[in-house]
Amino acid sequence: MNIKCIGAEIVLRSLSDKGVKILFGYPGGATLPIYDELFKQKKIKHILVRHEQGAVHAAEGYARSSGNVGVLCVTSGPGATNCVTGLADAYMDSIPLICLTGQVPTKLIGNDAFQEADTTGITRSITKHNYLIKNIKDLEKIINEAFYIAQSGRPGPVLIDLPKDILNEEYYYQSLNKKKISHPNYKPQLEVDSNSIEKVVSLIVNSKKPIFYCGGGVINSGKNACNILTKLIRKTGFPCTNTLMGLGCFPAIDKQFIGMLGMHGTYEANLAMHDSDLIIAVGSRFDDRVTGNLSKFSPYAKKIHIDIDPSSINKNVKVDIALIGDVEKIIKAIYLEIQKSNSISNSNNLKNWWLQIANWQKKNCLGYKKVNHPIKPQYAIERLYEITKNKDCFITTGVGQHQMWAAQYYKFNKPNRWMTSGGLGTMGYGLPAAIGAQIANPGKLVIDIDGEASFLMTMQELSTISQYKLPVKIFIVNNKWMGMVRQWQELIHGGRYSESYTESLPDFVKLAESFNILGFKVTKSSDVDGSINEMIKIKKPVLIDMVVDQKENCFPMIPSGAAHNEILLGPEDQREETINEEGMVLI
Amino acid sequence: MSNQKVTKHTISVLVNDEPGALARVIGLFTGRGYNIDSLTVAPVNLEKKHSRIIIVTSGSQMIIEQIISSLERLIQVHKVVDLSSKNSTDERELAIVKVSFKKDKQSNIKKIAKKFKAKPIFENLKNLAFEITDSPDNINAFIAKLNVLGKIDVSRTGLIAITKD
Repeated sequence: MNIKCIGAEIVLRSLSDKGVKILFGYPGGATLPIYDELFKQKKIKHILVRHEQGAVHAAEGYARSSGNVGVLCVTSGPGATNCVTGLADAYMDSIPLICLTGQVPTKLIGNDAFQEADTTGITRSITKHNYLIKNIKDLEKIINEAFYIAQSGRPGPVLIDLPKDILNEEYYYQSLNKKKISHPNYKPQLEVDSNSIEKVVSLIVNSKKPIFYCGGGVINSGKNACNILTKLIRKTGFPCTNTLMGLGCFPAIDKQFIGMLGMHGTYEANLAMHDSDLIIAVGSRFDDRVTGNLSKFSPYAKKIHIDIDPSSINKNVKVDIALIGDVEKIIKAIYLEIQKSNSISNSNNLKNWWLQIANWQKKNCLGYKKVNHPIKPQYAIERLYEITKNKDCFITTGVGQHQMWAAQYYKFNKPNRWMTSGGLGTMGYGLPAAIGAQIANPGKLVIDIDGEASFLMTMQELSTISQYKLPVKIFIVNNKWMGMVRQWQELIHGGRYSESYTESLPDFVKLAESFNILGFKVTKSSDVDGSINEMIKIKKPVLIDMVVDQKENCFPMIPSGAAHNEILLGPEDQREETINEEGMVLI
Repeated sequence: MSNQKVTKHTISVLVNDEPGALARVIGLFTGRGYNIDSLTVAPVNLEKKHSRIIIVTSGSQMIIEQIISSLERLIQVHKVVDLSSKNSTDERELAIVKVSFKKDKQSNIKKIAKKFKAKPIFENLKNLAFEITDSPDNINAFIAKLNVLGKIDVSRTGLIAITKD
């Protein structure tokens, strides 16, 4: 059935028919027709953010905590450029988003019109794909295609630039979403190549020091992928390590989980990677934060790489077998093959490997000194975990030390519970992402574990939290420093703390109160439990200013340029010469 | 990382003839730090609206594989072929060479042009111009010969190529 309506209505009808219930955004001149149509309907709820970057992160938090696409709408020019950081973030972490941007009328494009920016030009390298609509006839088709591209294959953000004249032009809404979408040349490979499965199984069966190394791709593949992977790992009895993005794809409380790997990963995970004879990489991309020094990376291991994106294969590390396709399908095929051959009974084979791992675990690499004052940041997060662990929490973070401590001390047993900026490392991600997660999961406990510096970058979203009465908990690990910068300056730059101290921090309690949000300040370890219990009890937004030890560093740490087995365990390992000149230039 | 040797590759990229397609392809090269030695682009199928981009680039085997899979990842790209990996590829370049000749050198120039099978395209009191279709190396050799006989102005298409099978 064809319905005659203007472009703006076509946009909203398309979104609604795609199942979109929530639209994050901020209005402006170029998107007024869309906002006018929003006003007239009830199917889509608009969440007004306070800065467009917040809209992108909120949409990311929504997408990651629900497994659906996050959708946002911003105006032309500054509205679009304010989205750049968020889009780059979503692109790096493969988060499915649809970003609708207003644009000046087609006739004015290129004329330096008011609030004009070359949005498709600016965002070309930070989106999976983008479109500038020049003809109303393409509008509906492109919106449908954009959803398909954003969600399929390796997900990512797709931007649609909408000139204002197109939004006001009349055309027909054709309900194209009911037709099956196929793209003439975009066809992500999903199916498994069965020949390689046998080879993989033979490597798995014959390995003596194997390890599963699982990343965000498993979570993107979906809950079923996480379930079947968990079954496979338990069936094999192999140890499993997760990347920062992969936390939650395998239960952290499982005996076979040996912690996160990489720069601030556990001693046992990194040493196991280094000494292993078989790495099974699932939905992970051998990122530099994970591999450390590439020339010394896992020198003895055969490597199997399972990923949906062919361009991730052999990008950093040459692998022995690559399986391209959907993680769920591939893992299922491996699982069935192993079950069929019933050949995994090599628990004896693995005995020595697990003994070795147990030895590494004896180092207790996440141990820290327990004191009453000042509060140790690790203690604050460890207690937060202990008190909330049975509440099926959703956790978001900013970027820096607090993020790494959250990854180390908060244990995730389910996918889609952990939202952090992994690839891009965007400070300020936590608060808006928590908004998105809370909106996707009403009634659930959503906690933004933030740093005071990260929080300051997007704190205007307190106003959004207040407006929509979102019971988000803001847990600021406040050490008054840009902690990770300070740590690097201490370890690498001779303690020259250049510009990493935050002068003139606000009184966070008063700041929260000014937005009608409850705030507590906590300065003693003995008050930590009480404040967390209080925070959970209150069914409203709460901010906790947890004042922690300013000098605490994040360990373990693999200095840049070093190998997994050159990991530093704590302050006693700190020596300037551990970081060589080659490492100095790396980030 | 067995094969670190840097080699030249000619890559053919069949894309939708749409705004942004060329920009995405080129952006990928600049954004990821790959080289472009030469680039040609033109529509090749008007009905299907396809254009062919031929890029000459250089890199280790690992980099070339990366380039190809990154190109294949672009939504507007239909097909990517590494023509250098095929034995049966034909490569050509077209150049127009204009010589502002020194006194009494015309006949010399024409002799060289004949030897290189360059076709004269115009001639006036100051200038002689030729078109030459050949391998880039032969075109370079042709230009080098003429360089001593006058002031040279050149316009080149960059390499184009096709598989024989």
